[in-house]
Amino acid sequence: MRHGKYPFVIGFLFAPVALYVTFVIWPYAQAFQISMTNWRGLSAPQWVGFDNYRRLLDDGAFWKAVQHHGVLLLALPLITIAIALFFAFLLNVGGKSSGGQRQGVWGAKFYRVVFFFPQVLAVAIIAVLFQMVYRPNESGLINGVLMKFGLEPILFLVKPNLALWSIIAVLVWQAVGFYVVLFSAGMASIPGEIYEAAEMDGATKVTLFFRVTLPLLWDTLQVAWVYLGIAAFDAFAIVAVLSVDGGGPDGATTVLAMEIYRNAFVYSKYGYASAMGVALFFLTLTFAALTLRLTKRESVEY
Amino acid sequence: MNPQSTLPPTPAALPPKTGDPSAPAGPGRKGPRSEVKLFAGLGHVALAVWAVIVIVPILWTFLAAFKNTSEIFSSPWTLPAELRWENFGRAWTKAHVGRYFLNSVIVVSCSTFLTMLLGSMAAYVLARYKFWGNRAVYFLFVSGLAFPVFLALVPLFFVVKNLGLLDTHTGVVLVYTAYSLPFTVFFLAAFFKTLPSSVAEAGMIDGCGHSRLFFQVMMPMAKPGLISVAIFNIIGQWAQYQLPLVLLSNAKDKWVLTQGIADISVNAGYEADWSGLFAALTIAILPMILVYAVFQRQIQAGLTSGAVK
Repeated sequence: MRHGKYPFVIGFLFAPVALYVTFVIWPYAQAFQISMTNWRGLSAPQWVGFDNYRRLLDDGAFWKAVQHHGVLLLALPLITIAIALFFAFLLNVGGKSSGGQRQGVWGAKFYRVVFFFPQVLAVAIIAVLFQMVYRPNESGLINGVLMKFGLEPILFLVKPNLALWSIIAVLVWQAVGFYVVLFSAGMASIPGEIYEAAEMDGATKVTLFFRVTLPLLWDTLQVAWVYLGIAAFDAFAIVAVLSVDGGGPDGATTVLAMEIYRNAFVYSKYGYASAMGVALFFLTLTFAALTLRLTKRESVEY
Repeated sequence: MNPQSTLPPTPAALPPKTGDPSAPAGPGRKGPRSEVKLFAGLGHVALAVWAVIVIVPILWTFLAAFKNTSEIFSSPWTLPAELRWENFGRAWTKAHVGRYFLNSVIVVSCSTFLTMLLGSMAAYVLARYKFWGNRAVYFLFVSGLAFPVFLALVPLFFVVKNLGLLDTHTGVVLVYTAYSLPFTVFFLAAFFKTLPSSVAEAGMIDGCGHSRLFFQVMMPMAKPGLISVAIFNIIGQWAQYQLPLVLLSNAKDKWVLTQGIADISVNAGYEADWSGLFAALTIAILPMILVYAVFQRQIQAGLTSGAVK
């Protein structure tokens, strides 16, 4: 029917597919292969089968990194979603209602703009910024104030049991604004009549939130959970820049991406680093599968 | 932003509407009303506190950029005694923030352009043409959404190296583009599908070729979707840290902003040039604030529509 369709299709697809296969698909495929070798970059790689994976099982740094992903995976979405939901509710339906139109509290527009702002800053830049904020002496934003009041400085990034939480706090700081806007978009599509009818029946704001907003926002919450879960697996820039010597002190904040980077580009253990990459791949896959199974909705596809 | 009240009002909702347009919720009982006040009051406090938490570190950075080192240590919270613009000069020339900034602009504008061009071409063909292997190619692209970049990091390094593109902007641009394609294709394919085919057919009848149809009819019609994805890609590529760290490690004059600032922060410790670091941070942050202030509506809409899809 349409003449010249195939030349056109091939012409349009050639460059994108070639680029994508060269830089994405081909490296991924190779990664699985390299993970089965003892390649260190100089001599030819030797096939060692599952040796790298066996070594992973005894690697303390690897397990620490996995454990930190577990903490991140729980804490980051829970804290971010809780704060963002609360703010989004205030900004959209927290105020008065007039003529069936739900309104946010006074200044809602201003808050939405300000909260979202950290989202447009690069994580690496934010990490440097918070290095300054967290500095352990009087030049730090927080400790400068504490010490003015004669208090002991808090060693945010130096104390092992505090360091990871200091990093999570920065991630939350950055993420909240985005999810406020995301949830606001979801809430805006909930018809005002539902709220009005509920209020007629004497529902309080708290009831409105739990009985009306939350159930009708469930799809958006799932999306938020998936996005924050992916972010929890991908915390390289912040850990590399913000933490004490990349994942420290003493591995207290390390993540898999950090260990992969260190093993590959510092120690040149390419085979071992690739095995970690494959492990990360299966962890991500498990997370995705679990999320889809638990939520049981295929809203991800178009 | 506005809540849409497209539904016809239910009979139950009508009476109070006509009664009082501005009265607080609830049919005049005391309980809900005082509860509303308390809730709104607490809410205002929480919102204001969070706004302070977001703004203060950034504002504090801007102030410290004008201080000298002794001021930074002795009075972290006061205004600088004088405006020391030389801090910015030092950051710009000695610490090369100017070059890093320019490099970021070059890399991101090239790779966003290339991503949008190639991504929309592939998405368009995959969305609107039936051919053998269509689904396979589509899923090849979309599967890229699920993979963590770190898995491919080592082989990617060697692919780029073997092509002779290590430590070049060309290499970074091509890699950024390749890794931006999955989302771009995924989002735009859905978008092209929604465009009416009657316009395309009319164009065909008027003797429009496939390529012209795409560039002169479909691209303009897809503008809202293209803008959303472009914003998403610009912000994502501007924030990249991992890829340039690996691909540009030995060419300091090619470094991008994120990489450069992270490096300056390490060196600032040795050289005790804290005010220079604050100035460098300010130079990195301020343009983003200005761009965001101008385009905040589009940026918010663009990023969240990308997320919901």
